[in-house]
Amino acid sequence: MTCCAPGVEAAADLASEVPEADDDLLRAASRNLGDGKMQIELAVPDVHCATCITGIEGALGDLNIVDNARVNLSTKRVRITYHSEDGVPPSQLMDTLKKAGHRAFLLDNAFDDRSDETMRQLLRALAVSGFAAGNIMLFSVSIWSGADEVTRTLFHWISALIAIPAVAYAGKPFYTSAIGALRHKRLNMDVPIALAVGLALLLSIFETAVGGRDAYFDASVTLLFFLLIGRTADHMMRERARGAVKNLSRLSPRNAVRHMPDGTRQIVPISEIEPGMLIVVAAGERLPVDGMIVAGNSELDCSLVTGESAPELAKHGTEFLAGSLNLSGSITIEATHPAGESFLARMISLMEAAEGSRAGYRRIADRAADIYAPAVHILAALAFVGWMFLSGDWHLSVLNAMAVLIITCPCALALAVPMVHMVASGRLFENGIMVKDSAALERLATATHVVFDKTGTLTEGRPRVQRQISGSAEMANRAASLAQFSSHPFSRALAAAFDADRIEIGETREVPGSGLEAKIGNDVWRLGRADWCNAADRSNEGGSQVWLSRNDEPVAGFSLADQPRADAKSTIAELKRTGIGITLLSGDQADAVQDLARQLGIENAESNLKPQDKMDRIRALQAAGEKVLMVGDGINDAPALRLADVSMAPSSAADVGRSAADFVFVRDNLSAVTFALNMAKRADRAVKQNFGLAIVYNMIAVPLAVMGFVTPLIAALAMSSSSILVTLNALRLRLGRNSPATKPDEADVPHMMIAEPAE
Amino acid sequence: MSGLLILIPVALFLGALGLGAFLWSLRSGQFEDLDGAAHRILSDDDGPLDEPDNTPRK
Repeated sequence: MTCCAPGVEAAADLASEVPEADDDLLRAASRNLGDGKMQIELAVPDVHCATCITGIEGALGDLNIVDNARVNLSTKRVRITYHSEDGVPPSQLMDTLKKAGHRAFLLDNAFDDRSDETMRQLLRALAVSGFAAGNIMLFSVSIWSGADEVTRTLFHWISALIAIPAVAYAGKPFYTSAIGALRHKRLNMDVPIALAVGLALLLSIFETAVGGRDAYFDASVTLLFFLLIGRTADHMMRERARGAVKNLSRLSPRNAVRHMPDGTRQIVPISEIEPGMLIVVAAGERLPVDGMIVAGNSELDCSLVTGESAPELAKHGTEFLAGSLNLSGSITIEATHPAGESFLARMISLMEAAEGSRAGYRRIADRAADIYAPAVHILAALAFVGWMFLSGDWHLSVLNAMAVLIITCPCALALAVPMVHMVASGRLFENGIMVKDSAALERLATATHVVFDKTGTLTEGRPRVQRQISGSAEMANRAASLAQFSSHPFSRALAAAFDADRIEIGETREVPGSGLEAKIGNDVWRLGRADWCNAADRSNEGGSQVWLSRNDEPVAGFSLADQPRADAKSTIAELKRTGIGITLLSGDQADAVQDLARQLGIENAESNLKPQDKMDRIRALQAAGEKVLMVGDGINDAPALRLADVSMAPSSAADVGRSAADFVFVRDNLSAVTFALNMAKRADRAVKQNFGLAIVYNMIAVPLAVMGFVTPLIAALAMSSSSILVTLNALRLRLGRNSPATKPDEADVPHMMIAEPAE
Repeated sequence: MSGLLILIPVALFLGALGLGAFLWSLRSGQFEDLDGAAHRILSDDDGPLDEPDNTPRK
C-alpha cells in the first residue's frame, strides 16, 4: 500500500481494519508529563519516506490538543505530546492518523526507556574512550619516536590525566558485568578485560611516578575503545530487532462488555470476569475468556488457539477457548472459567514451567572465558615468579607479568563473538528475520531437528480459493463483487482470487454464520454456506465451500482451503538435504495434517495434539539427544516454543507465541528458516575461526611477553591488528546470497492483514 | 618545547570540544532517529526541532 498518496479509498480500507481504540485504552497507554500534558507513542508501521513524516506530523500538529508530534522513522513510531482537554477525546489522535491514510497501533508498554538508556550510556562511554584513545595515542607516538626523558615524563603525565577519568568512566559496563559474574562465582570475558585494563592503568601510573620508560596508557584506553565499538554495535543491532518485534505487539483491550441480568451492558475489566457472567463479543474481536455460546450465530476462527484451520460454526451450546476470533456476527458467551484460568493463562503458566533447557545454556564467549581467564592469569603469575627467580628484580618482574596480561589480547577474544553476532543479525534483519537474543543464534547453530506447526506456519493461515467447483467465469466475478462487502476470511479470499465485475449492488446484509445477501436489481443474491444457498454440500471433497446463489438457485461454488506457503516444499526439501530431522506437530484434524505432510514430503506428522502433547513430543526428542528448533505461531504452540532449544515464529503469530520465540520472521516465506539456520552455522564457524585466530596470535605473542620483549609499541600493534583481523573475518558473513524475498511484504496489503489476537 | 606548551593544550581543548559537542547532541536526541534525519532533509519546512526531547530521564 502506498502511504504517500492516500486516497479516500485507502482511508475507507483502513477504517475496517484498524481496531477502534477507545479513550480509556489510549489514556492508559499514555504517560503523564504533569501540567495536564500527556505523551503517547504509537506504532505507525507504514511510514517510509519524507512525505509520510511531514504528513503525519502535519495532520497531528493541526489538532488543538496536540502540542508536539514527532515521527521516528528508525523505530517506525510517532511520539505525541498532547494535553487532555475536557470534551476532546484522545481517540481523535487515532482518527486523524486513520484519515491521513496511516495505520496506527497502540503499543503494549511503549515507554521502556531502559534499553534506550543503555544505548546512550554505551555511546557516551564510546565517545569518551575514543577521545582519550586518540589523544593518548598522539603522545604515545611521540614517545615511541624517541622523545627525550623530560618530554617523555611530561607526556606520560598528560596521558595519565586523560586516561584515569576515561578508564574510570568508559570501563563501567565491563566492571559491572565482571563484578556481577564474580559475585556468582563465575568467570566471564569481562573479568580478564577489567583486570587487564585496570592493572595496565595502575602499573602505568606507577611507572610514570618513578619516571620509568614504558607506560601502557594507550593500550588500556584503546582496548576499551575497541571493545566498546563491538559492544555498542551488538547492542544497536539487537535493539533494532527488538524494537521491530515490539512494534508487532499491539495493545489489546483489557475490558470486555458484560451483558447484565437486567439487560443493560457494562464494561468490566477482563481480569474480573467470573464464571457464569455473560460477555458480548462483537465480530472481529477475540474471546477474552473461555466460554460457551448462549446467543447469536457466527463462525469462529480457532487457528491460533487449536491449530484447526477451518472456521468453526458457533451456535448455542458450543464451547470455545479464549483467543478464538469471532468472524461474522455478534455473539454472547457465558464464561466457563475466570480470566486467570482461561486457556491463555494456562498456556502462560505452562510456558513458565518449560523454561528448563535454556536456562542451562552458557554462551560460547563465557565458556571460552572459563578456559581463557585462568590460563592467562596463571601464565602471568608464572612469568612474575620466573622473573623474580631469575633476576630478583620485582619491578621488572611485575612489568613483564603485566605485559603478558595485556598482550594475550583479550581484545580479539572479546570482539570475536559480538562482531560476528552483529554482522549475522544485521544480515538476518535485512532478510526480514528478527533476532531477539544473540545467544539464540548460537543455539540455532546446534539445531538438529526442526518441529513445525501446521496452521499459519507451514501454511499461510488464511484460506485461499483452491478451485471453482461449478459455475461460469462471470459468476466468479460476481462472487468477487459481493465478497467485497464482507470482511469474512472466505470473502477476502474470493475478492482476492477473482476480478470484481462492475455491477451496481444494492442493499447488502450479512447473515452471521451463513453468509452475505445482496440485492442486484430485483434479484436476491447470496454468497455463503452451501445449505443456505440451496446447494448440495460437497465438503467431503476436502476444503471448505462457499456458494453463490441467485434467488435460491446455486450458480457457482468454490472450494477454499488453507494453502501451504509458496516455498514450504522447497524449504522442507532443503532441510532434508542438510540432514536435519523434521517433524510436523499439529492440533488440526488428522486428514488435513496427513494431506499436507504427504504434499510436502514430511514423514513424521502427528495430528490432534494438545499443547501438552506437543511439549511431550519435544521432550522425547530432547531426551534422544536432539537439539530442537520449534517453528510455530499459535497460542497453543507457545509452551512448545519456549521448551524447544531454539524457536521461530512468523510475525502473524499470537502475541504469546511471538514473545516466546527467539526469532520472528516478517516475510511470508518459510525459507527464513533455512536462511537463519545457514546464517547461524556460518556465524558459529566464524566465531570459532576468530577464537582460532586469537589463539594463534597468543602463541606468537605470549612467549615474547614472557621473555620480556614486549614494549608498549608492540602491545599496541598486536592489539590493533588482531582486532582488525577478527572484525574483517566477521564481515565475511556479509558475503553470500540474500534470502529470496517473495512479493514485497504481503503484510503491507491491507485486506490480507491477519487480525491480531487480543490477549 | 615552548611550542608544545601552547599546542598541547590547544589540541586537547579542541578534542574536548568535539567530545562535548557529541555528548550534547546525544543528550538533545539527535541520535534518536538517524533514518528519519536522512529523510527530513527533503522536507520543505526546515525549522529546528520543535522542542528538545523533554521526557524525564532517570
